[in-house]
Amino acid sequence: MIAAIFFYVFAAILLGSAAAVVTARNPVHSVLFLILAFFNASALFLIAGAEFLAMILVIVYVGAVAVLFLFVVMMLDINFEQLRSGFQRYLPVGLAVVAVLVVELATVLAGWKFAPQAAAVRFLPEAASIPNTAQLGQVLYTDFVFLFQAAGLILLVAMIGAIVLTLRPHNRARRQNIAEQIARDPAEALALMDIPSRTGVAALGIRRPLEKGAAPGPAEETHAGGHP
Amino acid sequence: MAVGLFHYLVVAALLVTLGIFGIFLNRKNVIVILMSIELILLGANLNLVAFSAALQDLVGQVFVMFSLTVAAAEAAIGLAIVVVYYRNRGSIEVEDVNLMKG
Repeated sequence: MIAAIFFYVFAAILLGSAAAVVTARNPVHSVLFLILAFFNASALFLIAGAEFLAMILVIVYVGAVAVLFLFVVMMLDINFEQLRSGFQRYLPVGLAVVAVLVVELATVLAGWKFAPQAAAVRFLPEAASIPNTAQLGQVLYTDFVFLFQAAGLILLVAMIGAIVLTLRPHNRARRQNIAEQIARDPAEALALMDIPSRTGVAALGIRRPLEKGAAPGPAEETHAGGHP
Repeated sequence: MAVGLFHYLVVAALLVTLGIFGIFLNRKNVIVILMSIELILLGANLNLVAFSAALQDLVGQVFVMFSLTVAAAEAAIGLAIVVVYYRNRGSIEVEDVNLMKG
């Protein structure tokens, strides 16, 4: 009874916030409603007994995906009013498609039933004595280990792809040029100077390193190349 | 289970419908379209969990885990594409995406 009441409350908030996601005027509000929807879906998972997935939903969706959306929405400086200009125009088409979809899904929901042998062909019957998380852990690293690794590979590819797409080299960064450092030779780097007696180096002024390819100026009486 | 499978299926069906409605409604805004896709995937996950609970079969929950992985990867790549596109064109309108004349 309590579970039913909570189910209806969470389901109502879930559907309401999902409607708010798609109709909100401000995309930041959309993201915040999306977070609310994920929290309520996680509560529905909990009521169904999928405790581990409920926590994963909060961590992955709310903690990573929704925050990623929030970052992007706030980072891009977009005129969102202009993006909504076709809202009224698209409404009838959307409503028509939704009406068709609702009729179809209602037909499916009204007509389906379990196959008689459904209970017999279960792949991993749930044991009541073991907690949900422990059971998932027992099968995830044994029966589904290859799928698990494939999922990790998908995440790796997504990570590399996102980095490659968004990384742009910026020129202000001072990077090591290894080839230039190794190709450096003393003839270009060293200069032996005759310092006039009793005046010190102040008479020569401040010496700066030669620019690459620039001819030595007249003030630079260097012995470059003279002392290999 | 106090709450029947049917309740979950209705909620999931409505969630998927709302997601598709969002795609049609926000046809210009890629970010809201991506959020609508997340809603659709959430509805699918809700279905999987509901059937897993109704049949007492754990494999549905394992499926949810993998579909969560794919959804996270899809969101990351999609948002990266949006960021790159905004950087190049200064807009994220879907109707402007015609560089390849597809």
